Amino acid sequence: MEYESVIGLEIHVELDTESKMFCSCSTRFGEAPNTQTCPVCLGMPGSLPVPNKKAVEYVIRTGLAIFCDISLFSQFHRKNYFYPDMPKNYQISQYDIPLCIDGHVDLEMEEYATTIGVTRIHLEEDTGKLLHIGGAGRIAGADYSQVDFNRAGVPLMEIVSEPDIRTPEEAKAYAQKIRAILVSLGVSDCNMDQGSMRVDANISLRPVGREEFGVKAELKNLNSFRSLQRGLAYEIERQTKALQNGEAIVQETRHWDETKNTTSTLRTKEYAHDYRYFPDPDLVPMEFDQEWIEGLRAELPELPDERKERYMSDFGLPAHDANLLVETKATGDFFEAAVALYGGDAKTMSNWILGDLTYYLNAENVEIDDSEVKPAHLVEMVKLIDDGTISGKIAKEIFSEMFKTGKMPKAIVEEKGMTQISGEDEIAKIVDDVIAQNPDAVKEFHDGRERAFGFLVGQAMRLTKGRGNPQLINKLLKGKL
Amino acid sequence: MELFKLTIHELHEKLVSKEISAKELAQSVFSRIDDVEERVKSYITVTRDEALAKAAEIDKKIAGGESIGPLAGIPTAIKDVMNTEGIRTTCGSKILGNYVPVYTSTAVKNLLEEGIVMTGKTNMDEFAMGSSTENSGFFVTRNPWDLERVPGGSSGGSASVVAADEAIFSLGSDTGGSIRQPAALCGIVGMKPTYGLVSRFGLIAFASSLDQIGPFTKDVTDCAIVLNYLIGHDSNDSTSVKIDKPDYTKALVNDLNGIKIGVPKELMAEGIDSKIKAVIENSLKILEANGAVVAETSLPNIEHSLSAYYIIAPAEASSNLARFDGVRYGYRVPDAEDLIDMYMRTRAEGFGDEVKRRIMLGTYALSAGYYDAYYGQAQKVRTLIMDDFNRAFVDYDVLVSPTTPTTAFKIGEKVGDPLSMYLSDICTIPVNLAGLPGISVPCGTVDGLPVGLQVIGKTLGEEMMLRVAYSFEQSFGWSEKPKL
Repeated sequence: MEYESVIGLEIHVELDTESKMFCSCSTRFGEAPNTQTCPVCLGMPGSLPVPNKKAVEYVIRTGLAIFCDISLFSQFHRKNYFYPDMPKNYQISQYDIPLCIDGHVDLEMEEYATTIGVTRIHLEEDTGKLLHIGGAGRIAGADYSQVDFNRAGVPLMEIVSEPDIRTPEEAKAYAQKIRAILVSLGVSDCNMDQGSMRVDANISLRPVGREEFGVKAELKNLNSFRSLQRGLAYEIERQTKALQNGEAIVQETRHWDETKNTTSTLRTKEYAHDYRYFPDPDLVPMEFDQEWIEGLRAELPELPDERKERYMSDFGLPAHDANLLVETKATGDFFEAAVALYGGDAKTMSNWILGDLTYYLNAENVEIDDSEVKPAHLVEMVKLIDDGTISGKIAKEIFSEMFKTGKMPKAIVEEKGMTQISGEDEIAKIVDDVIAQNPDAVKEFHDGRERAFGFLVGQAMRLTKGRGNPQLINKLLKGKL
Repeated sequence: MELFKLTIHELHEKLVSKEISAKELAQSVFSRIDDVEERVKSYITVTRDEALAKAAEIDKKIAGGESIGPLAGIPTAIKDVMNTEGIRTTCGSKILGNYVPVYTSTAVKNLLEEGIVMTGKTNMDEFAMGSSTENSGFFVTRNPWDLERVPGGSSGGSASVVAADEAIFSLGSDTGGSIRQPAALCGIVGMKPTYGLVSRFGLIAFASSLDQIGPFTKDVTDCAIVLNYLIGHDSNDSTSVKIDKPDYTKALVNDLNGIKIGVPKELMAEGIDSKIKAVIENSLKILEANGAVVAETSLPNIEHSLSAYYIIAPAEASSNLARFDGVRYGYRVPDAEDLIDMYMRTRAEGFGDEVKRRIMLGTYALSAGYYDAYYGQAQKVRTLIMDDFNRAFVDYDVLVSPTTPTTAFKIGEKVGDPLSMYLSDICTIPVNLAGLPGISVPCGTVDGLPVGLQVIGKTLGEEMMLRVAYSFEQSFGWSEKPKL
């Protein structure tokens, strides 16, 4: 039997506010443990929460950006459960009236387009961090555990998708699109390494053509877009095998192990909590003015979809290029800076950014903002190609050098003597040498084998150490043959 | 002179005229504490050294010609439910037996800034759960009128401390009657303000939607004076109301001409001791004599108050008290096997029976499948009770009733019967559910034990409520004191 996967994502995002959700402590990351704390975020007796208005605004802006309905009346609930990283042993979260509901995100996959529904966006507070000493680094079996409450109370936004996702690739594309939108809005840096964006996935299988959902598993510890895609792919394989063997899928939470490339049971449904949600009596319900919301809508910055349209209409880029360039805000910013500096064909900039630059960034695992290659590097290099100083082939070498050292292309060219040889006499002499040294190839060429011509060009390039002007070599070789 | 017997307004005059010093006053109160505390047992912690130092500061101010406010130099006791920086705050519980807060609650801070001299922290039912102070994790406080009887609760220590002249006034907290009931049983004035009028920041929460801080005083004038400095918007408390601060002492007018007073018949019905009813009926005549129009009214839904209260308050408490887990502060079982063992035994050993009972009740009421039937339903009842009050306040300026159904009962009498203990708050709980202000003023005795008259005001109607209470007090002329 053929199965179809049904996937929904829960994306947690730490909001980029100065202060925490319910107190005025700083949200700075990486400070000494428990230094960013106060009676409120430590859950000291008698302390009370006061909501961070900026965080509420950030969530509503996010809702507006992904076409949600904004609740004019909303409230905070308490989610009750005991864990040592939770100072109050309840988390202030939202339950039946989240700030935003019913949104969607459009995705353009390679071969098709699709839309993923967003069920809700709600606001809550983050927990602290635990460090378990001894044992296997887990709480069970540890000698003791340490708690850092710096993160406790940082505003956390949860975006819950509809189970509209059908493939791991769509899941990845959806999560990346959400990130691009949030970064454009400036509401979060969405740094998965530092945990400011965390993705959990619910996945079940069902026979193709069936309406009802199968039994789902929840996947945790998906710490990168890559693990999201791979974890889901593994889970599809695991569940498919189980179903084909006639085994029942158990509703459970599973942990993705990045090094082993497998998922394993974290807890089953019997251990599911009863969170005993109830409205937090320390907080008054939130009520919003439609006018205020419209004001926020009017102030929304350009979002990835709009940017993409602009790249296609203003720069004449194909949809494929535009899509990739807007995948992260930083890539689009890089592209626009380069185009402005260059003044020439935008597609050339797009080719280099999506080609060599992306290749090196991925290979070295560097973010575009941290890259040694800045728009100025790229533009100077392309101008050297345009004015014939270097060949495209040499440019690729220069690019590699720029990426490593951050040196400007002109400096590299001078330092290494990489200027293109465009002197007609010089090239003519080399072409003569090549013809003289390769009589077999010349004969083959005259016998009508086109491939031999390419070989001869290659020989000329070899003799110039790649610096020969390829157009000139072509022209002179053809003439002399 | 026995300074400890005097009121705030009497002492303020003497301080300003330099007839007495703040130090003399503090020493007078501490000598009284030395004299009677062993028998009454009002205080969990006495802060004598800090108090004498603060009194010396106030004296310096007076000597330097600085003007002082009405509360400066006044010896004040604080219920041990309010955080006081650097001074142990137990909430009457072993689980916080060693807890020293790092900050001071807003209400206490407001008064400290006015120059009060804090004498110590008073005994209470553990986490303010109880009506007799017998649920204290430490010891039982006694009623100064009869040491075999309870002072009421949960603010029993703050009531007895004022009745026994071990402080000039005190602060308590009232979730279902915890100020008004012990004030009535101890023969003093106790007042619960409108919900949100006094900041709850730093008040260790029992039931957040019901808790409110208020004063215990020797007369209504003192109550108005303290209230003036207790209230005010606090940006640390989201439920704190924003109003222009009135001067409540201006409301103290001994004239009730044209004031309409309703007497809810449900609070004068079965369950109220007949001798108490007689005292209240006599009080109504005094109010009429002062010009008020008194008539019977009805709050049909308040018969469900206790049921709703004993769902809502424990539900909130079950969540509020979850933080006492041994992880960050307070008691932690010394030899836990693992996390769950630490949680369970810390809480099993740290909490008393009544607290555990309410945590279990509340946890159950909020559980999946029961929420709608219990918590949801209780909130609906709460709305109906508010509607009843709103309707009554269309016709009446204030409502009056007995504060308690009986006078102070014997220590141990109701310990084994939680339901009959819960009934002692039957007249006060509806007021908390509706978020209204209420005050208890002494209105006589039954068999030598004090009886309280409860005056209930409209939302933020403290001024009218105080006016009625003041007028009654002036005409009634209460002057009895317990014999200690």
